[in-house]
Amino acid sequence: MIDVQQVTRFFGRVMAVDNVSFQVEKGEILGFLGPNAAGKTTTMRILTTYLPATSGTAKVAGFDVHDQSMEVRKRIGYLPENPPLYPEMRVLDYLDFVAKIKGVSPSDRKKAVADAMAKTGISNEGKRIIKQLSKGFKQRVGLAQALVHNPDVLILDEPTVGLDPKQIIEVRELIKSLAGNHTIILSTHILPEVSMTCERVVIIDKGKVVAEDTPDNLTRKLSGSQRVHAVIAGPLADIQNALSNLPGVTKVQHLGHTEAKQAQQFLIESKAEKAISPDLAKSVIGQGWDLYELKSESLSLEDVFLRVTTTEEEVDRQ
Amino acid sequence: MRNYLAIMNRELKSYFSSPIAYVVTGLFLLISGIFFYLLATNFVQMCMRADMQAQYYRMAMPKLNVNMMAIRPLLHNMSLFALFFLPLVTMRLYSDEKKSGTIELLLTSPVTNTQSILGKFSAAAILYLIMLLLTGLYMILLFIFGKPELGQILTGYLGLYLLGLCYISFGVFFSTLTDNQIIAAVSTITFILVFWAIGWVSGMVNPSWGNILSHFSLIEHFDDFGKGVFDTKHLVFYVSFITMGLFLSFVSIESAKWRGR
Repeated sequence: MIDVQQVTRFFGRVMAVDNVSFQVEKGEILGFLGPNAAGKTTTMRILTTYLPATSGTAKVAGFDVHDQSMEVRKRIGYLPENPPLYPEMRVLDYLDFVAKIKGVSPSDRKKAVADAMAKTGISNEGKRIIKQLSKGFKQRVGLAQALVHNPDVLILDEPTVGLDPKQIIEVRELIKSLAGNHTIILSTHILPEVSMTCERVVIIDKGKVVAEDTPDNLTRKLSGSQRVHAVIAGPLADIQNALSNLPGVTKVQHLGHTEAKQAQQFLIESKAEKAISPDLAKSVIGQGWDLYELKSESLSLEDVFLRVTTTEEEVDRQ
Repeated sequence: MRNYLAIMNRELKSYFSSPIAYVVTGLFLLISGIFFYLLATNFVQMCMRADMQAQYYRMAMPKLNVNMMAIRPLLHNMSLFALFFLPLVTMRLYSDEKKSGTIELLLTSPVTNTQSILGKFSAAAILYLIMLLLTGLYMILLFIFGKPELGQILTGYLGLYLLGLCYISFGVFFSTLTDNQIIAAVSTITFILVFWAIGWVSGMVNPSWGNILSHFSLIEHFDDFGKGVFDTKHLVFYVSFITMGLFLSFVSIESAKWRGR
């Protein structure tokens, strides 16, 4: 549905987007993840025909964003970072205007506006003036605006920014419910958002795509190691020694002791293929020490994110 | 066509749902009204003086022309008021969209730049038309108490309207250049003033240059309209001027995306 090929964009001499390529299948939700100023917004603006790319091509629904921009515009709904609202208008009038310029036929317009309002939960706010709405409602009006012409593709730039936790959950649920009928690209710098809503993630940093996969695969692939958290009572040096000698263990870190000072906390990292917890448990019990806690930790998306973006920095330094 | 109408209607609604339209129209009527009053009373006094002189010398009462002595200077004054009022009407057209981010909606919707420019231009043009039509009330007063010539008034108003459209088209252009409304308004006023005053310079430079410069003067072309003379060369000048402003707006919006807005 969306096909981005080697897109580059300069602002003067600054390269905002550097040779970015990715594809999005129909009905998929793609998360666009990156720190602030990574090039997310610029990439989205290129896809929405707002900005042209300096080089490279991007296609939405088979139409080139530069050469067939009007066709692309008919098929996309776009929610920029600041919802594009006219503060002096009433919600109904505003959505009616957007439906008009998005090319919804006069006979369908009323229904299209009502549907978009129902989907975003603002059916009762139609008569209100946009200026007087709360931030959360403004965001919903922005979403309704992107949905009103029932576009194939939805491009949402940080749709949950500035909302309270309840609203964030509601907006995420809404976005999830839209998948299937719509292809969605969603940008964010909040990591849990991606693991919660998206089927696939593109991590972008300093204008470059640094990783692309499902949230689960990314975590698995990039971690490359397993981490186990253990709480054991016994002589410190002996325990450390025993743990280090377990097969595959690369690092044993002593985190300190528990509050009651009867046991020690450890973080063990291993490159082994199979889980190390059973071996660890056997060894500890065999020595006659007490095992209070044994918990394997998986790398969170946050760790992955930091890892990809920091390795990127190291590459740059070389 | 539908996009053009949608944008024009939205702009008009936005003018009339905010105080802009009422304040600008009201103050334009007020200042025009004051000058109308001054010019009309002045004309009446002149008539009375002429009447007294005629009786004193036992001559026929001279015919004083209300069109030339009251209406023409009033239209000239109104063309100057419009110069200061219309940039305040046009300054928000694109600047505001840039500032609030709604430009992103406009430029990612299937609306061509031509449609949006013409829509916005027309909205301001309609507001200006309403302003001018309301000053027609003053003319009605003249018709009640005197015998002005209708054709001359209509020609004068046509000239005034075309002149205003020139202000508006460049007002649109300057508002595409900046997200700051004040800068848009001030640049428009300055630019128009230059093209207004360029005729005055024509007397100071050598005649061949002076002739060319005076052809570029906005107000020079208005003069004939004020006298009730309709000449197509003035019409062509104004229409070219308007087209130029709209074309520059188009170029400005198109090029902004390469610069990164």
